[in-house]
Amino acid sequence: MVHTRVTIGSLVLKNPVLVASGTFGYGDECADLVDVNRLGGVITKSLSLKPREGNPPVRIVETTGGMLNSIGLANIGVEKFIVAKLPYLQTLQTCVIVNIAGSTIDEYCMVLSRLDEQDGIHGYEINVSCPNVKEGGLSFGTNCDMVAEITRRLRLLTKKTLIVKLTPNVTHVSEFARAAAGAGADAVSLINTLVGMAVDLKRRAPVLSTTTGGLSGPAIKPVALAKVYEVARAVTIPVIGIGGIVSPEDAIEFLLVGASAVEVGTANFVDPAAGVKIAEGIERYCEENNIGAVTDLIGSLNVAQTTSVIDSWL
Amino acid sequence: MVHAVCPITSHENVGSQIYVLGFRSSNLSANIEPGQFVNIKVDDSRSPLLRRPFSVYKVIRDVVQIIFNVVGAGTKILSEKRPGEMLDVIGPLGRPFGVKSRYETALLVAGGLGVAPLPMVTDAIGGKRNIVTFLGARTKNQVVCTSLTNVHVATDDGSEGFHGTVVDLLRYELSRNLFPNPRIFACGPLAMLNSLNKLAAEYAIPCEVSLESTMACGIGICQGCPVERVGQEKKYSLVCKEGPVFDSQTIRFS
Repeated sequence: MVHTRVTIGSLVLKNPVLVASGTFGYGDECADLVDVNRLGGVITKSLSLKPREGNPPVRIVETTGGMLNSIGLANIGVEKFIVAKLPYLQTLQTCVIVNIAGSTIDEYCMVLSRLDEQDGIHGYEINVSCPNVKEGGLSFGTNCDMVAEITRRLRLLTKKTLIVKLTPNVTHVSEFARAAAGAGADAVSLINTLVGMAVDLKRRAPVLSTTTGGLSGPAIKPVALAKVYEVARAVTIPVIGIGGIVSPEDAIEFLLVGASAVEVGTANFVDPAAGVKIAEGIERYCEENNIGAVTDLIGSLNVAQTTSVIDSWL
Repeated sequence: MVHAVCPITSHENVGSQIYVLGFRSSNLSANIEPGQFVNIKVDDSRSPLLRRPFSVYKVIRDVVQIIFNVVGAGTKILSEKRPGEMLDVIGPLGRPFGVKSRYETALLVAGGLGVAPLPMVTDAIGGKRNIVTFLGARTKNQVVCTSLTNVHVATDDGSEGFHGTVVDLLRYELSRNLFPNPRIFACGPLAMLNSLNKLAAEYAIPCEVSLESTMACGIGICQGCPVERVGQEKKYSLVCKEGPVFDSQTIRFS
């Protein structure tokens, strides 16, 4: 019997696998294809105060081992979420984390306050790292003082678990993690997408309507591992690892470098049950390797030892 | 909606770089409506990573068929599949054609492999109403017209049927025929649907079009396949979930 529980702030997740914001809708869309309750938790699509239409097409393009997106935070807005989506989420037997986006600090605060009046929400993930909107998003996430200020203001408004989602599009992401931790965040999650671009040679034009977008998928996993490793050594609050996780092995690598939990993102587009399969795979790995608890894996990377990988490479 | 790993039962080259691939799944085959699509993982590698959407072409008992042209990396891999291999499929997806709405004559219009959903539309309409089918293709060996009724062909190079576009052919037919109480069901490239939409508006014929788009998930979660609407509450709709079939008058083709 493997103990699969992990703790993030005041949240106890039944297993360390969450689904990343924007890759699982509001949960109900995937219910035909996966038992949502077997996830460690659900993180919703980013919510803003008012509904957002999102960016014009083309919004996505596949690239080598991944994809670029420029959705532009298309979402139904907090009021419609409360009426149309929250009742379903309240029936779940797993953690519900709502991702919040805003163009101003006040907007973040208003959305969180409105949500904090509701039952059935266990925590918040703060999106200060969307690369695809003009105001807010990345312009907040690349300014350390702004990340601290947003975190501080939101901390005053809620006792629930507060997670700040960080962008890798900065020089030292650990400085941002320290700023969030210092301002009262319970955890940080990273990485959001990397700014990327695709070019259509036929038209000699960018593929995406916004020229650049956010790169996700297996292509970004090595970058994500390095960033999570950097941050896990810089802060004492839990770190949630995100970036190209497709298999249980991918997820375990993030735990080893110091993540207390992981978020599965792009893989949900290919298989909405990916998160559940990864959670099961982590448990199986622990059983097979006589590891009694998933928490034993966290930060257990053996940095003193290097190894030949010629067999798996060949 | 089901997620199934299905054995491939048939794979046939039916034209220049055009293939019909069949796979067995009773869960899927029982519930597909004309115009719906399936989302296929062409192999288990991470490149290509995403599924590829295909209109359902025919359902024969528990076998689902798709038809495709080899145009890119995904269809190249699919074209090399052999019967007995397994295929990872999610479906049926999307909003189907309104074949049960009120009309007397169904005008089926396809450009290229936009012909894909038409056999199922033909089958669903049955013998009770008139069906006239208009197919456009670049050239003769790209015309696929099995399981269709009353077919008129247009080719860009004039190698078969009408010399010109399928919309020009339909315009010609509309000018000399009175189709009682017609309704158009169409699928094809955006430029063709755009000119079809204008023609349908001229003759005040209700027109349903099936759109295609790149998409990551096919089930409405990635928000990656928007189409701009006119006169609707929302500016964008998702091709995968609110479509792929739309009333052509509500689409901003631009």
